[in-house]
Amino acid sequence: MVEIIIYIALSLTLLALIISVVRFAIGPKTINRIVSLDVIGFIAISLIVMIAHFASRVIYLDVALVYGLLSFLGVIVVARFIERGL
Amino acid sequence: MMEIREIIGSFIVLTGSFFLFTASIGLIRMPDFFNRIQAGTKASTLGSLLILAGVAVLNPVWWPKLLIIFIFIVITNLVSSHCIGRAGYHSNCEKGKLNRDDLKNLKINKGE
Repeated sequence: MVEIIIYIALSLTLLALIISVVRFAIGPKTINRIVSLDVIGFIAISLIVMIAHFASRVIYLDVALVYGLLSFLGVIVVARFIERGL
Repeated sequence: MMEIREIIGSFIVLTGSFFLFTASIGLIRMPDFFNRIQAGTKASTLGSLLILAGVAVLNPVWWPKLLIIFIFIVITNLVSSHCIGRAGYHSNCEKGKLNRDDLKNLKINKGE
């Protein structure tokens, strides 16, 4: 039962990732793409944590932390570039 | 006892993934940039934190690293959504759709 519930949660998260990628593809301007990129980063952190639970490896949590750091940095840099240029 | 803990943790993970799903639905259904940023950032924060809490209930040995990721998400998601909102306001491509512009009469230094 526990495995089935976590599989359902994993599939819902994957569906959320696919819908966010669709918004990333059709976003009218760069600013909508940045919002989508932010959401994709947090969905990916959650997905990596769930994969760490499936594989029973604690080292994947470090991967999630570094991914979150790089995603945050990328969002900040692109938002600052749009706001006032380089 | 162990079975009850695992069932509780898996239901918390399911709730978090539902909130992530609503975040992406709001991202694709909302008509405007400011609605999109509101739907996307708030619901994705709640979903990520619930999934981290659910995995911490499922594996109680992992709680220090999960607590580090928890605090990291709480700090950085607010900062990044604030930066995106400022960039969207100052980039002049979404300003024409606002009904009321409270920041219009303020002197905002864009160079600092």
